[in-house]
Parts: sequence; structure tokens; C-alpha cells
Amino acid sequence: MATYLEFIQQNEERDGVRFSWNVWPSSRLEATRMVVPLACLLTPLRERPDLPPVQYEPVLCSRPTCKAVLNPLCQVDYRAKLWACNFCFQRNQFPPAYAGISEVNQPAELMPQFSTIEYIVQRGPQTPLIFLYVVDTCLEEEDLQALKESLQMSLSLLPADALVGLITFGRMIQVHELSCEGISKSYVFRGTKDLTAKQIQDMLGLSRPAVPIQQGRPLQAPEQPVISSRFLQPVHKIDMNLTDLLGELQRDPWPVTQGKRPLRSTGVALSIAVGLLEGTFPNTGARIMLFTGGPPTQGPGMVVGDELKTPIRSWHDIEKDNARFMKKATKHYETLANRTATNGHCIDIYACALDQTGLLEMKCCANLTGGHMVMGDSFNTSLFKQTFQRVFNKGLNGEFRMAFGANLEVKTSRELKIAGAIGPCVSLNVKGPCVSENELGIGGTSQWKICGLDPCTTLAIYFEVVNQHNAPIPQGGRGAVQFVTQYQHSSTQKRIRVTTIARNWADAQSQLQHIEAAFDQEAAAVLMARLGVYRAESEEGPDVLRWLDRQLIRLCQKFGQYNKDDPNSFRLSESFSLYPQFMFHLRRSPFLQPILYAYSFHGPPEPVLLDSSSILPDRILLMDTFFQIVIYLGETIAQWQKAGYQDMPEYENFKHLLQAPLDDAQEILQTRFPMPRYVHTEHGGSQARFLLSKVNPSQTHNNLYAWGQESGAPILTDDVSLQVFMDHLKKLAVSSAA
Amino acid sequence: MSQQGYVTAPPYSQSQPRMGGFSAGFGPPNSSLHYGHYGDPNSSHAAPQPGPSAIQSSHTSSGHPASFQGPQPLPLTQHQMALPPGPQIPPPANNFSGLCAQSSLPNMARQDGIPGSGLPNPNLQQLPGQTPGPGYHPQQGNYGPQMAGSQLSYPGAFPGGPAQLSGPPQKRLDPDSIPSPIQVIENDKSSRGGQIYATNTRGQVPPLVTTDCLIQDQGHASPRYIRCTTYCFPSTSDMAKQARIPLAAVIQPFATVPQNETPLYVVNHGEAGPIRCNRCKAYMCPFMQFIEGGRRYQCGFCNCINDVPPFFFQHLDHIGRRVDHYERPELSLGSYEYVATLDYCRNNKPPNPPAYIFMIDVSYRNINSGLVKLICDELKTLLDKLPREEQEESSAIRVGFVTYNKVLHFFNVKSNLAQPQMMVVSDVGEVFVPLLDGFLVNFQESRSVVNNLLDQIPEMFADTNESETIFAPVIQAGMEALKAAECAGKLFIFHSSLPTAEAPGKLRNRDDKKLLNTDKEKTLFQPQVNSYESLARDCVANGCCVNLFLFPNQYVDIASLGLVTMHTGGTLYKYNNFQLNSDSPQFLTDLRRDIEKKTGFDAIMRVRTSTGFRATDFFGAIYMNNTTDVEMAAVDCDKAVTVEFKHDDKLNEDSGALIQCAVLYTSISGQRRLRIHNIGLNCSTQLADVYKTCETDALINFFAKSAFKAILSQPLKAVREILVSQTAHMLACYRKNCASPSAVSQLILPDAMKVLPVYVNCLLKSSVLTGRPEIPTDERAYHRQLVMSMGVADTQLFFYPQLLPIHNLDLKSDAVPAAVRCSEERLSEGGAFILANGLSMFLWLGVSTPPELIQGLFNVPSFAHISTEATLLPDLANTYSKKIKSIVEHIQNQKPYTMKLMIVKQREQPEMLFRQFLVEDKSIHGGASYVDFLCCVHKEICQLLN
Repeated sequence: MATYLEFIQQNEERDGVRFSWNVWPSSRLEATRMVVPLACLLTPLRERPDLPPVQYEPVLCSRPTCKAVLNPLCQVDYRAKLWACNFCFQRNQFPPAYAGISEVNQPAELMPQFSTIEYIVQRGPQTPLIFLYVVDTCLEEEDLQALKESLQMSLSLLPADALVGLITFGRMIQVHELSCEGISKSYVFRGTKDLTAKQIQDMLGLSRPAVPIQQGRPLQAPEQPVISSRFLQPVHKIDMNLTDLLGELQRDPWPVTQGKRPLRSTGVALSIAVGLLEGTFPNTGARIMLFTGGPPTQGPGMVVGDELKTPIRSWHDIEKDNARFMKKATKHYETLANRTATNGHCIDIYACALDQTGLLEMKCCANLTGGHMVMGDSFNTSLFKQTFQRVFNKGLNGEFRMAFGANLEVKTSRELKIAGAIGPCVSLNVKGPCVSENELGIGGTSQWKICGLDPCTTLAIYFEVVNQHNAPIPQGGRGAVQFVTQYQHSSTQKRIRVTTIARNWADAQSQLQHIEAAFDQEAAAVLMARLGVYRAESEEGPDVLRWLDRQLIRLCQKFGQYNKDDPNSFRLSESFSLYPQFMFHLRRSPFLQPILYAYSFHGPPEPVLLDSSSILPDRILLMDTFFQIVIYLGETIAQWQKAGYQDMPEYENFKHLLQAPLDDAQEILQTRFPMPRYVHTEHGGSQARFLLSKVNPSQTHNNLYAWGQESGAPILTDDVSLQVFMDHLKKLAVSSAA
Repeated sequence: MSQQGYVTAPPYSQSQPRMGGFSAGFGPPNSSLHYGHYGDPNSSHAAPQPGPSAIQSSHTSSGHPASFQGPQPLPLTQHQMALPPGPQIPPPANNFSGLCAQSSLPNMARQDGIPGSGLPNPNLQQLPGQTPGPGYHPQQGNYGPQMAGSQLSYPGAFPGGPAQLSGPPQKRLDPDSIPSPIQVIENDKSSRGGQIYATNTRGQVPPLVTTDCLIQDQGHASPRYIRCTTYCFPSTSDMAKQARIPLAAVIQPFATVPQNETPLYVVNHGEAGPIRCNRCKAYMCPFMQFIEGGRRYQCGFCNCINDVPPFFFQHLDHIGRRVDHYERPELSLGSYEYVATLDYCRNNKPPNPPAYIFMIDVSYRNINSGLVKLICDELKTLLDKLPREEQEESSAIRVGFVTYNKVLHFFNVKSNLAQPQMMVVSDVGEVFVPLLDGFLVNFQESRSVVNNLLDQIPEMFADTNESETIFAPVIQAGMEALKAAECAGKLFIFHSSLPTAEAPGKLRNRDDKKLLNTDKEKTLFQPQVNSYESLARDCVANGCCVNLFLFPNQYVDIASLGLVTMHTGGTLYKYNNFQLNSDSPQFLTDLRRDIEKKTGFDAIMRVRTSTGFRATDFFGAIYMNNTTDVEMAAVDCDKAVTVEFKHDDKLNEDSGALIQCAVLYTSISGQRRLRIHNIGLNCSTQLADVYKTCETDALINFFAKSAFKAILSQPLKAVREILVSQTAHMLACYRKNCASPSAVSQLILPDAMKVLPVYVNCLLKSSVLTGRPEIPTDERAYHRQLVMSMGVADTQLFFYPQLLPIHNLDLKSDAVPAAVRCSEERLSEGGAFILANGLSMFLWLGVSTPPELIQGLFNVPSFAHISTEATLLPDLANTYSKKIKSIVEHIQNQKPYTMKLMIVKQREQPEMLFRQFLVEDKSIHGGASYVDFLCCVHKEICQLLN
């Protein structure tokens, strides 16, 4: 049998699913004692080049409360043309089209390799994708120019039939009409006044007048194509116009006096964008793409006033509840985000500025709608330019890697219930028999809406085992979960992807080692991280770090092998071995554990410990923190480079050594989204802080014994090192007092 | 040069040969002021009552002029003038659409020519010493026996009952025997016309407004700038109360002066700024008395002694006058300007040059009528003619463009744009200006973009079906734009309909004929919603003047729409049922003239007086935030402010009554300036002095404005009664105190007021003061508004139109023919007349107009061929045509509004409209004839005297 690592990988590749536990504890009580909840990471649209979609409708279970999709786990009576639902055990007739099926003539959805299958269905009219650019004009000239160029360039990347619209904002908001000849037209709104969707539509002339025809006038052709066409036009029709329009775009013309921030009406601009799409294209795939170069400074959604002498809220202000505009602004953006989600549209935020831009308040716009959130220093950086370009990347099959308006439904066999989901989604509030009363994340529903998603979009879904402690291991020994994702494909087709998985039940008392062995510590770390972040955001009070620590200690107590009160006896099995380290780095950073590679003359590039001891003078380090790629030249290497050895033919190998991490970094940079910040630095360089802040401070100015040793670089920090952390953890785990 | 002939010389009889019998009535020179004698034995002291029985007078239908007055043969009999009954006459195609639609009107129109009910009037028939028959006693100046007749319409409604249409003809007063406005005008012309009038004497009475002469400023403001109701104020308030002569000045601070008169000098004291009295803040002027060898001066207004600033010091000559007296305009002239310093500027910043914003209603109607295209095409050439200072190359005025229907469209026409940008503001609830840079531009720099825009606007909205409009937000937008640009300016709004779209200032049709002659009639003249008042206030506060061009097809509520225009010193123009072909010339001429007008912006006027009296009331296109500062967002050459004065102490006869009017304003080039007008009046303890120096034209201006203001708060009836009673009081007081003793029944009018009754009657008959359902409410509101800002010359013409015979012209002379009195009797079948009142112009053609005149004017062979459609006379190369066109041009010259020419043929229905302007006759709307009114006033006087 393959190892669990292989099993996990295989499952991930086929179904886009990773469970924290791959063998499930069979009772509620035991499940709660596992500390890490039974949960999975689901990537609904995981790229499957080998999965040809089928061109028909899925077959559903006829029980109204179930409606599970026919899948390979169902028992089929080929003779009677019946199938039994593996979730509710309802026996269902096959539809007439399936009359010809037999053991040897199975439809795809019954074949085991199609545990994930995609249907293309014909439902409703197909509307082209919509891209609505919302552009801040309170930018420095250079920034605006770069942004304009990026936007102009993007027109060539859009699907030709996509509809595109442009809203610009500064002190005021302009909604540009795109089909004008001879004169450029825009509708202007003041940035201080919030408007309802109805008002916005009225003001844009989108609501149809009651009596449009004047008496005595010849009746015109009754309907012009689509009323909103003035603001949203097919790219192929207006790309020249729009290119010119973008080209003529000026910085916000209103004077900004000394000591003031420019008046930036981001809140109303977004509100108008949302209202425009809401009135014209509800429930169709649409991206609102917000490009902003600073914090909103007026109107609803303002994050900071325009007086420069009043700085933008700091962490301390927020903590002390001293951030004047935060609550109101957050509420504004939350309302917008919820409306957007209801409409099935998504909001991207591209914020490029050296100072803060108020993403904290605005984050829900992207989070709830599945939009991208990208932060950079300037629009004139490759970080932004490449990232933005990558939004329009195409997948292996030549299709845009974006999908819209997904509805994810989760069905469980009866021993399981759904506790909630954490991810770029909103609840659709669909209650049902498989919905748990205990919520983890966005709960109380079995369906979620994900307005914007791509092949990487991953949701964490948390389950609750409801089987009672004394009950036998459920029938068949397997529990099943089905994920049904209906979405609008970038080709505007409506598609349904169905993934059905099953896992074995095990009695936690007698078969704990099976459960333990099937632990996916990476998935578990991510699932715990999401829970932690969710708690941090949604709950006040309990310190998330303490909660995380507590969970970790409990896990160690449960799965560690040790003698009571003897920290040195503490051991964790291999399937748990990395987990504490992940938690350590999670506590220290906004993200999970960065990867560190070392390049030296001593051998091929190798991964090394994310530890200060890895920083050696004759090494080049490459650190990938997801958002940052850092190349760090050790002291000696840096000196050699300054001396120019790489240019000497006899030191060509040095040249290769220098080049190797660059090439590797390039590879990462080319695929990662969003494009990471790329830092090339050296020993003593100011940017070396990016590395030093991430490595485990095993050597600091505090543990003097390390000084002078050739074993790494000391970090000037008071943070505890992994070693200390582990020691402490062991102590707590084995403590009988805990 | 003495111009005091009115005081000392009684040359009345000599200079007025046509006054015939009246001259004899003057008797000895010292009684020359007695105009006539009008017997009335009625000794009751009752106030005039409305109703048929209270006030009766006589007028008869058959004239018999030949009996005593040769030169005025009566041209027509009543019968000849009577119109055929109406059905076959098409309705008139003209502006006053509401007036003539009824087929019954032709009958009513002749009511004044038909004797009344025949009921004898007991009062008048008991006149002592009257003989039956003509009864005219030239020797005594008596007239008006046999006063039985139809009722005078004043003060009640005109009861047009059938009874009045029958009855025996009776004798009537000869119209030639009562004071003639034309005669007065002509006399003044012949005595003072063409001469130089030097303003070197305090309290001298200037020539009439109708008299052309050259005015020389020698220390007092030219009458073009200031005219007064009297040039000699009574010394005490008791006297003033007794006489009840309004003490008022009509100030037209930016009046146009002819080419041959000197424009105002500009005094620049640099950073020191204008020199002002420390106490009352009056500006240095000829009324300041230098003392102590020139080191100090005494203020003529408050008598405060001030130090002369060192830079201004100058020695005095032997008569105590500064040596530089004639070198400094502020010492020797009545009118001059100061360059203002930063202290006089908004926020102490030098002002920006003003801006003009063109705001065009592009709703369906205006597009469909072709108006939008007309405006856009015209602007392309017009923008080159923006006013500029004489010494400057081009105008400093910037221009901006807005179109609107129920939303607003702003345009960015910045010179570096390849094409204009349109910015739509649909948030009309809280309108704002969407752009700063590129909205207001220099036309020379942005010419191509602006022209591009003006080409596009008509096309852009070519298929609009938007019929709703907004209005208040349009003004608001313009005002905000000026505010944002930190400059004053004018909005030119071209609007056509009642603003019914959902927005601030939304109006509904509240016109209600049932309100006429009720206490609620006044509401029709008040704005419908309050927002217009606050908008007006904001506009004034920001120096935003609103010019409104209206093109209504129906009721648009001018009382509301025009309010902001009124308070911001703007001009209201109205073109009913605008037709591109016939009305374009009138509209375009108005537009051109308005754009080219010299205007002062962001103005504030202060009227200071010497001790003993002060300005108490102000009338005009102004806004008053307090009791003294007259604010005007702009003031142009046609706008006049009428200021009423009251005593607060005794006036000193030696020092007289001094008035200084100072207008602080921003010039068209953006320079902050002060325009100062000074005038000195006399004071007297003798009422006769006051009466001698009255100016009837100014009085009428004052009466009109005060009455038109009063109708906002009082019932029309009360306002009219007050006018009549005040007229009677003034005349009765004269009679009592100034005239030599004579029979109570004699009507004696002061020389300077002898045409007051006819003018007051004209005022009473004006559409504003006539509550008749035939007169559209908007028309009344429009007239009301226009009159409120008129100067003396304009009100004179408006209330007593000019009627010029053109059938017997001396084609060789350049002169404009002498006018005739506005009465039907002056018309003749064989004649052709031009009538003009400043708003309308008619060419009336008698049925027997000489064919050569017709041929010459219209190039058609006969009367029947003349088309009345035309609104312009064709350009023909013959002397008739040239001469008459030059007359028309002369009439039009210097008038604030372009008069649309209407051609009226005798005995065709449109003649009804024309008839209303024959103001000496009884009006179809119930106004009394001159004769009737005179009788009525006389009766009141008699009652007062008893």
C-alpha cells in the first residue's frame, strides 16, 4: 500500500481535497479529543487537464432533502436500472437516457476515477464576462502613467466579447460612457454622499423612464440593445476608444493644499461600481477591479481625514479603539461586499502605496467576494504589473483561470455534519439535515457562494462527527462527502463540478494509531491557521495566540509519547513531527512556514532550516515566504561579488553559483500569484531584514554562547527561538498539572 | 447758463401754441402754475368708494373739435373705428396670446366710445356756472360740463354690461383741452433740446428724459445717473407729510453715456485707497469743504472735521478752493471712479476677472424648436465680442458651458483637449461642480474646443425625448462654479418650461384665475417655493448674476423663476411661443446686447446723505441683507435703483440735501473699483419750491416700483386706491398751499405735475395692476419684474408709449417725427403709425394708407397685399424704407429690450392688441380713459379740499 503521503497527494491531485484526518474517528467524543477538527481543504476548481467535462446534466437523488449527485460510491442495480444514494440510501430510477447502461457500459460518473467530474449544462442566457475598472486618479504622475499603461495593456488580455467599464475617482467619481464619438462623456458623483443602488441607477439613467415616448414624436425602434451599454461595452468594440480615454486620464485636478491628503472617494466609487452592476447585470460573472493609491479620505468609507498631521490609524489606535473612522468604514465596505456577493460579482483590490491604504477596512470586499487583494509600493513596479497581468493568465487548456458566481454545496453521509467553511465565500443560509448546530467559520448552512474563484481558490470546510460514542462503526465502514460546485466558467458556460470522497471510520480507542498515521499535518496546520485567523477577526476577547498554544499543547498531550513530567521523554510520531514547528512560525508571522534554500560550493542547492544558524558567509540563501522572494548573499559571497570574481573566466563556477538562485527565483516569480516582492540583498544589507525577521532566532544577542562561532548569524530579537519554544511545549505537554 | 425757467418764467402760453384755450387760464404770471379750473361743487369729504355710483365722470362719443381748436381735426368718427364683429378675423399671431382670443372683445373694445348708461350724475350736473352744451370756457380754463356718462372703471372692476353700450350720445370733454404729455415733452425738447446742460448748480431741474441734450458734469452727477422726484426737498418732515410727494432718487449707476460726453475719470490713490470721512465714511467729493489752509476738510454729509492725508494736501486759493480743484475729479465732478484697494476686496484678495456661463436647456422642446442650435451657432461669433476694457486687447472674461434637462451636463473645454469632455451631474438634489480646471476658459485660447462643443451640442441631444427640466439646480450649479473659480460672473440661462422634474425648486402650475381680485392674488407674484429666495441670497453672496432667457409656450411661473434674476441684478427676457423664423432676430439682438453690455460685478451700493434725512427704502433688481447695503451680484447700464428718502430731522436750506451714491464693484477686467455719484438738492420751507422742481417721470418711476412692490403684500385694490389717493393728495396739497385762490371746483395742477394724472392712470392700467383673467399671470409677473429695475426713461416709455405718425414724413430731414398722443383719435385711416413702449413695437396701417408708402415700405402694391407675418421691415432701396427703418432703429437705440415689430392693419383683429397701448383711451381691460381718470382725481381733490 502506498504511504499516506502518497495517498494525500493523489487525493489532492484528483479531487482537490485534503483532510486533516484521513481516517475518521468514529464518534463525536473521540473526534473532539483529536484536538484538530475533522476538516478539509477543498480546491473546487483545481486544474484537471485530464478531466474532460461531460456535456449533460448530473443525475440527482430524488429525495428532495438530499439531491446528491450520482457518483462512483453509489450502489447500482444495472438490471433494474436503479441506483441507491450513498448519502440517504434512497433508491432512484435512472433517467431514460441511461437505459443502455450496464457493468461494462458505465456512464463516466460511475467510474471510480471520476470521483471528480465536471458537467457542462445549458441554463439561462450566456452573458459575457464583465470587467469594471475603478481607478484612483489621486496618484503621482509616474504611478498614474504606469497604471494607465497597465490598464491599456489589459484590454488586449480580456476576452474579446467581454464587457468593460471605467469608473475613475478622486475628489469626485466619474462613470465614463464608452461609446461616445467626438466628445467624451462621464457621469459625475460627489464623493461625500452615499447613494442607494436605486439612486445610482436613476442618476445614471439606467432605470427605464415610465413614459419614455413623447407625444407627437415618431415612435422609435422600441428597444435599444441593453440599456447599460453606455457604460459597459464589448472590448472589441471600444478598445480604441478606451485606450484613448485611459491615455487622456489626468490626475485628479482638484488642488491639494500643503499639509493635506488628496480627497479620495474610494467608498462612494466602489458603491457606484457595485450599484451599476447590481442594476444591470445581477448574477452574472463580473469583476470590479479597484486600483487605489492611498487611503479613502472622504465620504462614506473614509479611513483617515485629509489632514496630513493626523496620521492614519495605527495598530495601537485600533487596539485602543481609538481609530475614529474604522468601524464606520468597515461597515460601509462590509455592506458593499455583501451586496456584491448577493449579486454574484467580485471585487479585486489593487492597492499600491508606500503608506497604508485602508485595506483593513476594505478587506471584506475581496474576502467575501473571492476577489484578489494585491498590495504593492507603486503601480510602477513589476510586482503590480506582473500580478495584474497574471489575473488574465490562461490555464493549461487555454482558458482563463477565473470563474464566477460559484455555489458550493456540501453533502455528507449521516454520521457527519457540516460545521462551517472559511474562505472567500458567503453563506447562502441553506439549512438542512447535514448542517451542524456547532459552527466553525461560516456555518449554519450547507451552501456557500464564491463570487470569484480560480483553480487555486481553496476553502476550509469543517465537519462534526455526530455518531454517538457507543454506536457501532457506521455501516460500510466509510463516511462520504460530496462537494457540488456550480459556477460560471470563464467561457461563460454554466458548469457543475462534483467531487465525492469517502474515508474509513476507525475506533479511536482501539485504532488510534491508524488515525494518527492518517494525519495530514500540513493540511491540519492550514486548517488551524484559518480557524485562528477567523477567530482573531470575528471574536473579541480571547487571545488567539493563547488559543493556538493551547490547541498545540493539547494535541501534543494527546499524540505525544512521554513520561509524565519528563520533558526529555517527549516524542511525536512522524506524521506529527513538523506540526509544532508550523505552529511556531504561524505565531511569528502572518503566514505559515517560509522555505529556505541554500546554495554553496559544498553541494547542490538544498533546503535548510529556517534558522539563523543557516545564515553562513559562504552561502547564498533563497527564502520564499509566498509574498516575498529573498535572495541573500552571505558575507563572503558578497565580498567576492564586489571583487568581481564572477566576471573572471577562471571563476565561472562562482558566476554559476550566483546565477542559480536567480534562476530559481525567476521560476517562482513567473507562476506565483500575486507576484511576490522580490528582494535581492546581502549580508549587512538593509533589506536583509526580510530574511532576518523570518528565521528562527536560534542565536541572538541573548544567548552569548553563539557569539564568535562560525555557525550562523545572530538575530537581534527578543522573540523566543524554536528551541525554546519546543522545550517549553514539551514541558507543558508532559506536565501532569495541565 | 440758467435752466430755471420753470421757476421764474411763465412762458407757457408762448411756447405752447397748441395748448390753445389753456394758455388763457393762467392769468397773471404768478399764477402760471394753475393749470386749469374744474368745477366741482361736491363738498362731501367721503373717500372714494368703489362701485358705479361713487365716482362718475363723463365722456361722450361725438367729438366736435372744430368749435374751438383748429389744428387738431379729429380724424375718425367712432363709427369708422368700430371693428366688424369678430368671427371672420383670425386670432392674432403674436405674443399676447391670452388677450385676444375672445370673439366678444371687438364689441367691448368700443365701450369707451359709446355713451354710458345715461344715468345723470347728480354731482356733476349741479356744477355751478356751467352752461349746457360744449360748456367750455376758454377764458377760465373750465371744462367738463355735462359730466353724466358711463362709469369710470376706477377703482372697481369695469362692469361691461350691455346697458353701457346703448344710450344717447353725449357731449364729452375735448381731449385736446387737457394736459398733453406729448406737449410737455415737445416743449421741453424745444426749450432745452440740443443744448448743453451743465450740472453746476445745486437743485437744478434737468431736462426731461425725452429731451436730447449734452450733459456736462460740473460737480453734480449727470441726470443720466441720478434723477430725483423733486430737486428741492421740503425742510421738515411735516411739510413732506403734508405734500406727500415721495422724496426719491432713481439711480442708474452704470448708465450709458453718449459718445460725446466724457466717460468717468478713474482716480487712483494707490495703496492709500479712496479718501473717506472718518465718521460717516463718505468718499471725497465736491461737497467736502477744505479748511485750515487745506490741512483739514469738513465732511458735507456729517460735518465731521477730518485731516487731509499728507499725500493729498494742497493749498487753497483766495476763495478757499483747493488749487488743484480742477485737476482732481473727486473735487470737481459729480461722478468719478476710485480704484479700490485690497481692503475693498473679498477676502482681501484681488478679484479674478468675471466669468460668463452659458446654460442651455436641451430638453425636447428646445431641441425641436431649433433654439439650441440657434444659440450654439450664435455663441460662436458672439464670444468674440465679450466686453473688455478700452485699453485691452481682448476680454478677460472667461466662459463656461452647461447644458441641462433634468440632469446637468458640464463641459470641459480646456484648450489642450483634443475634444471636449462632458460631465453629467445627475445628483440634482445636491448639485455640485464636477470640474474646476477646464470649465471656465478663455475663449481665445480654447476657441477650437469650444467651437467643437458648440457644433456638437445640438447633435448630441438631437434624439432626446426628455421633456422634464430642472431649474434651481441649474442656477445653483452656475453659482457653485463661480464660487469654486473664486470669481463673480453672469449666468446666461436659456430655459423654456416649468421645472417639474424632481429636484429642489420643482414647480407646479399654480396659476389660478380665481385668485384675481382677491386677497390671495398677491401670492401669484410671490415665489411658489422658498428655495428660490435662499438661492437668490446665495447667488448675491457669491457675485453670481443670473440672466434668464425664457421661451415659454405656457405658464412657467415667472414669479418663481425670475426671482433669482431679479435679486441678482440680472435681466429677464421672455419670448412667448418662440418661433425660429420670426423671433430669432429679437432674441439674438437681446442676447448680443446683453453679452456686450458693460457691467459691474459683485457690487455693493451705499447711499449716503447729509444730515436730516436718509435713505429708507430701495427698489430695484437688488438684494438687501440689511437696511443700508444694496447688494447686486451685477449691475449693468440699464439697471436703476430707486431710493426713497425720509426726514429724520430738519433740513437746512443753506446746506441743502446732499446725496452720495457709492458702488463698489468688480470691473470686466477684474479690477475692484468704486463708482461715486454725488448730487446736491435744495431744501425749502416753501412747498411751492418743492412743487416747482418735481419731475413727473421720476415720480412715476417711483410710484410704479413702490406699487409693484406693494402688490406682494397687499391686495391689488388697496394698492390702486393708495396710488389714486396719493395723487389726489399731492395735487390737493398744492392747490391748498401753493395755488392762488380760486373756485374749489377748478382743477389746478402744478406745472411740473400737470401730466401726473395721465401717467398715474397709465400705471393703474398696466397689466400688473389690472387683475383681469385675459392677462396671463406670467405676463404680469414679467412686467412687474422688468419695471422694478427700470430707469426713468424706460418707465416713461413703458407707461406712455411713443406713437409716431409716419405717413407724412419729411423725407429730407433726419429728424424723428413728433409723437402724437396715445389715443385712437390720433389715428387716421390714411395714416401709418409706429408705436413703441420699450418692449413691443407696432406698425399700424390705416386702411387708406397711401399706396406709395405701402410700396415703399413693403414692396407690395396695396394694403391687402401686406403680410402681417413679418417681424422686420424688408430692406428696400427707397427713401421711405430707409427713413422708416432709421426711425425704428432710433426708437430701438439704447433700449434695454429689443422690440419685436408687429405689423397691424386697421380693422383686423390683431389691432386689439395694439389698442391696449393707446393709453389715453379706455382700455378693454377696464382701465379708465384719461379724461375719466382726470375727473375722478379731480373729484378726490375736491373732497380733500373740503
